[in-house]
Amino acid sequence: MSGLLAWQIATVTEIGVETPTVKSFTFALPAFRPHLAGQHYDLRLTAEDGYQAQRSYSIASEPMRAGEVVLTVERIPDGEVSTYLHDVVVPGDRAELRGPIGGYFVWEAASGGPLLLIAGGSGVVPLLSMLRHRASAGSHVPTALVCSSRTREDVIAFDEVAALAAADPSLHVLQTLTRSQPPGWTGLARRIDREMLAEAIGLLGGPPRTFICGPTLLVEAAAEALVDLGLAPAQIKTERFGPTGA
Amino acid sequence: MTDRFVSRGFVGRRQASGRGNRIPPGQHEITDFPVLSAGPTPHTPLDRWDFRIEGLVDQPVRWTWPELTALPAQDYVVDISCVTKWTHLDMRWRGVSVDVLLEHVRLDPRAAFAIVFADGGYTTNLPIADLVNGQAFVAWEYDGGPLSPPHGGPGRMVVPHLYFWKSAKWVRGIRFVERDQPGFWESLGYNNHGDPWKEERYSGD
Repeated sequence: MSGLLAWQIATVTEIGVETPTVKSFTFALPAFRPHLAGQHYDLRLTAEDGYQAQRSYSIASEPMRAGEVVLTVERIPDGEVSTYLHDVVVPGDRAELRGPIGGYFVWEAASGGPLLLIAGGSGVVPLLSMLRHRASAGSHVPTALVCSSRTREDVIAFDEVAALAAADPSLHVLQTLTRSQPPGWTGLARRIDREMLAEAIGLLGGPPRTFICGPTLLVEAAAEALVDLGLAPAQIKTERFGPTGA
Repeated sequence: MTDRFVSRGFVGRRQASGRGNRIPPGQHEITDFPVLSAGPTPHTPLDRWDFRIEGLVDQPVRWTWPELTALPAQDYVVDISCVTKWTHLDMRWRGVSVDVLLEHVRLDPRAAFAIVFADGGYTTNLPIADLVNGQAFVAWEYDGGPLSPPHGGPGRMVVPHLYFWKSAKWVRGIRFVERDQPGFWESLGYNNHGDPWKEERYSGD
């Protein structure tokens, strides 16, 4: 991957509310470049006096949506950029984007599987790009998504992911809610642990390549558990995601 | 001069006066210390740990953990910038200068680049000029305590004037070579040099 990544002025064409704290922003890009699932864009804001702020946001959409990308962004309460995106931006507004960026935490259907995707909170965003790409590519590599959220309302794309799994026996989804569960909840109800990961691996029929994305503690614990369960460290890719004062 | 794009309604948060000029372009100041790793945290037992200098040197040299940490060490207070856009000012470390380590070898005249290598296969490359004259150190303490494994402990390289991916966590040595060899991130779309003040983030920047 080489060549100058130029800033371009992208237009917000749609804003979707995913959860009380998460929104998806669809950007029309004048110079769209198909991305790989797992990559991100850098976004830059400029104030009247020239002050600028930049952040990186994972691409939620799959690569075949030509001309546009969806960035799914969590609103961080004291965040400089995320609060602007959530509280001020409306369709028609523009922002500078640069990308797609990242050659490591990526998955293409051609890479095969099995695939183990582990997410905490908004860390699921790059993994959603992988699942959406997998679906649109018609891939049926054995795949398991283990996704941890605080409450049912905090789960990003719950229905969409459930529908993908319902239509595809090779895709397994383990949703776990750690803080509270709605009445009638039949999913898991605890933090991701070794036992849960062992269960996910058992569904895959062979050692998977793994992508973990979420808060540091979750990523650290999951990676340790997987190594402990015998997965090769080199097959485990991690990406920390979420508040660093953003 | 082209019209500069302005984001409608964006005001932003300015740096406290005096600190703004310490934040490289595109960065924002944070006061915590994010963990950003590409994979699981390696754990090499200290009794098997060593730090080596090898490659284009007259004699390779090796220190065990007790030997390395017995070398003359100093306290460092430095600003750190990560390519993911955070900058943390005045981070406190303790460790040994790479200059001290290099007193124990004689570099071959052909040596032009340093490949810093770490547990788990991670490497990062630097011209020798970026590694010497007080610009780099191997740290085993952060903020007054032992460097924790998620942050690169027991020992990591710290090269404050470049983006933090050049500061290899779980460092195990330096190999001197004649020809530059792009390391882990450098081979995955990140800039070969990584100067935050020139915003050398990605390949082609």
